[in-house]
Amino acid sequence: MSSFARTDTSVLGRWWWTVDRWTLIALVILMALGGVLMLAASPAAADRIGIGSFQLAQRQLALLPFALMIVIGASLLSPRGVRRCAVVGLLVTTVLLVLTLLTGTEIKGASRWLNIAGFSLQPSEFIKPFFAVSIAWILAMAKSDPKVPGIPIALGIWLVIVALLLLQPDLGQSVLITAIGGVQLFLAGLPMLWVALLAALGVAALFGAYFSLPHVAARIDGFLDPAAGDRYQINRSMEAFMNGGFFGRGPGEGTVKAHLPDAHSDFIFAVAGEEMGLIACLVIVSLFAFVVLRGFTHLLGESSLFVMLASSGLLAQFGLQALINMGSALHLIPTKGMTLPFISYGGSSLLALAMGMGMVLALTRRRVSMGEAI
Amino acid sequence: MTIRVHQHDRIGGPGDGSPRFDRQGSGRDSEQPGKPCHPCGLDRHIDQSSYTVLDGTVKQALEVGKTRLIATGLVLTVAFFAIGVRLVDLTLLQDSGRTSAKHAATQFSGDQVRGDITDRNGVILATSLPTASLFADARLVPDPELAARELHRILPGKPQAELFAKLKSSKQFVWLKRHLTPRQQVQINGLGIPGLNFRREQRRFYPHGALTAHAVGFTSIDNQGLAGVEQSFDELLTGTAEPLQLSLDVRIQHILAEELSGAMSEFRAVGAAGMVYDVRNGEVVAMVSLPSYDPNDAGNAVDDARFNRATLGVYEMGSVFKLFTTAMALDEGVVSVNDGYDTTDPIRAGRFTIRDYKPKKRWLSIPEILIYSSNIGTVHMAMEAGTSKQKAFLSNLGLTRPASFELSEIGRPRFPSKWREINTMTISYGHGISVSPLQLVRAAGALVNGGELKSASLIKRSPDELVTGTRVISKETSRQMRRLMRLVVLHGTGRKANAEGFMVGGKTGTADKLRNGRYVRNARMSSFLGAFPMNDPRYVVFAMIDEPKGTKETHGFATGGWVAAPVIKRLVERMGPLVALEPIDDGADDDRIEQLLVEVQARAGGQSLASQ
Repeated sequence: MSSFARTDTSVLGRWWWTVDRWTLIALVILMALGGVLMLAASPAAADRIGIGSFQLAQRQLALLPFALMIVIGASLLSPRGVRRCAVVGLLVTTVLLVLTLLTGTEIKGASRWLNIAGFSLQPSEFIKPFFAVSIAWILAMAKSDPKVPGIPIALGIWLVIVALLLLQPDLGQSVLITAIGGVQLFLAGLPMLWVALLAALGVAALFGAYFSLPHVAARIDGFLDPAAGDRYQINRSMEAFMNGGFFGRGPGEGTVKAHLPDAHSDFIFAVAGEEMGLIACLVIVSLFAFVVLRGFTHLLGESSLFVMLASSGLLAQFGLQALINMGSALHLIPTKGMTLPFISYGGSSLLALAMGMGMVLALTRRRVSMGEAI
Repeated sequence: MTIRVHQHDRIGGPGDGSPRFDRQGSGRDSEQPGKPCHPCGLDRHIDQSSYTVLDGTVKQALEVGKTRLIATGLVLTVAFFAIGVRLVDLTLLQDSGRTSAKHAATQFSGDQVRGDITDRNGVILATSLPTASLFADARLVPDPELAARELHRILPGKPQAELFAKLKSSKQFVWLKRHLTPRQQVQINGLGIPGLNFRREQRRFYPHGALTAHAVGFTSIDNQGLAGVEQSFDELLTGTAEPLQLSLDVRIQHILAEELSGAMSEFRAVGAAGMVYDVRNGEVVAMVSLPSYDPNDAGNAVDDARFNRATLGVYEMGSVFKLFTTAMALDEGVVSVNDGYDTTDPIRAGRFTIRDYKPKKRWLSIPEILIYSSNIGTVHMAMEAGTSKQKAFLSNLGLTRPASFELSEIGRPRFPSKWREINTMTISYGHGISVSPLQLVRAAGALVNGGELKSASLIKRSPDELVTGTRVISKETSRQMRRLMRLVVLHGTGRKANAEGFMVGGKTGTADKLRNGRYVRNARMSSFLGAFPMNDPRYVVFAMIDEPKGTKETHGFATGGWVAAPVIKRLVERMGPLVALEPIDDGADDDRIEQLLVEVQARAGGQSLASQ
């Protein structure tokens, strides 16, 4: 693959020399690790729901090449292409979110999935990257043209999406969307007074959720008080890490997946800990940290506000999802269902993250053009 | 260097005549003359005058953004670092060796004592026995095959293949057999196989087995409470030597269970439930759900046996509900005991027709409506009181909320979310509302104890504890209800419950069961809800037989009066002496009560004439 000549000016040739290959490699390694873990973790879940042992793994593995194609395909886009794609995507996914509420199938008490041509699709996964890019565009535009009321438009979009998500209900994704938007507002130069105010508002909202939503209260109580609530999952998860030790028990040798219903999605990190051990887990953490921090470092030299905001939003999504998932499994934060990017089971999550990271690669490609790159 | 980079500049590619722009910023890229810049740009026209100003703003924004990006990056770095530290902490520093076993041991069983559970008189219902359990550190077992063969000889219940697989697994900790007998322990010790170890454990044992299974519940092999009081008081029982004293009296429990299971087999029923409830302080003295199961072997119990019909099951109770309707009508002053209704005509409401089971086809006084269990008369009473009053009254009696009780197996009552007129009618005689026996006896207690609803308890209350309740009916209404209930047993459908000398009062109920939303004729729930002694009630007694079939002795009838009332009679006769109630000559009291009927009927003569 590295055989493109430096002077090759074909689309792919130019792509190869301008794209951030290290990040691309990190993503490919993450996907590969995800594939291995899927083979280990999903048969238990598949047996539980009574389908063929490797059917879930097959579904996920079949999607991996598509995910890679999406990453590469999206990274071929120009910044303007990314922006267009995101705005159209945002409109479409918003419509899909509405459709989910109207016709979606209810699974585990929430209607988050939409059946389209035999595939079940989770629009809330796809809306995150589109949201990040669109908000970045609006905020960047407002900076260059004071006539554009950037913050009110951004808040309006945020409000609509969070309302739709809360109706499902999907508190986790709402919090994540809010965090992404918050990071972008912060980076776009929101006055510190407002930052403090919004942070206080966020804390207040958390307290509000604790006191008004019983299942949130149960999760947080369970986190704070070892004796309270249902700690079954988190105890099994922590045991998995302890059992794994330094080198793990070897792929397929773990037992946690038999006890945790969500071992293939929300608790896949525990399976990694048990079967691959500390070393592999540290590698996974490092890969996530590498992608995020390398991206951020790259953005320090960026001259386009749009690119900076969009990329940091997408990277924040990627990083926060990883942190929340791993933090839950390690009992650092209350458990919150969130996929581990590129590793957890879930087609929508995989493809949407591929889209998002492809966009990051596209935006951080070395460009001749400097300044506003919209 | 002036910066004039702007969107406007990049509307087109090279050669479209738009101005080229100067270098700016990073300097990462060498300028490549002739290389096309990306075709990006906004098709918005921005007038030239705002150029430099805007450029400044954008640049400033970029700088602020980058500073903040560093801050954000630092926060994320710290977070990723925390994850890494936590990983090391969990996997390496938390004594990873045999954690899962140690975890299980310290957290769930091991040497930790678990308190006994006793009945109200101190009879042990659940206790813990010390046992030894066998585990292996499979890495240390030299010859797994030989060890498996030897162990299988001592533990024939464990397949040799399973033992072999475990011993060969090279796991640091694997259970081979929990709770060995002392003989097995000595024999295994005698084998002298390295890597085999014993752990002292406590095994939960239930001397009364199935008799108190639903109240006491059971634990997992790790002594975690999984059902009944074992579950709801799990935390309290763990780590204390103090016994937990229940309100149950195992003797009365035994009588109730024996009588109910006798009726179950006599009438070939599928299940039964019964309760004895102290109306003065809310204690549940006996609580039976049949079929039951052996809590010492709860793992093999079928679901139906584990299901607690007394607290978790909710049922349409049928005519016993007429007691509540009557109490409501009397307490609200809608009727007096001297009133009555013409029950000649069935009531038509929409597509329903409400008839009497044994129509009298005449004017019936209130006592007669209960005595003959007239649906029509009861519906008239309820309709006169009205829907909202009925709803409020049943709610005051705690019949529309799950009972608050010391078990987690509590059923949620079912009733129409939209309480229409037709619902008021059917609910008045106990159809269209499902409640648990626990809710029923508690509410009945309030009808007879002077009108106060007490909180039910499965835990023994101190004899001097004054349990106050909430008043739901007046003392006078309660007095009248006692007389009416006694009349039903003296003259009505409940005659077979009349335990001589104990002044039993009550009401029979026979409800057709619902299957797939339709009432089926041949499957019914037959019950008796009563109290004794009616001159100064101490206990509410309830018996319910699920799908009894009529016998030759009952002339094919399987109604509450034929099936459940005799259970109550024998229960009261046998438990009376145990609770220090002497049989009395009830003649004098009964005469006074019957006087009521005589008076009412004397007036009824006039009434029925008037109604014609």
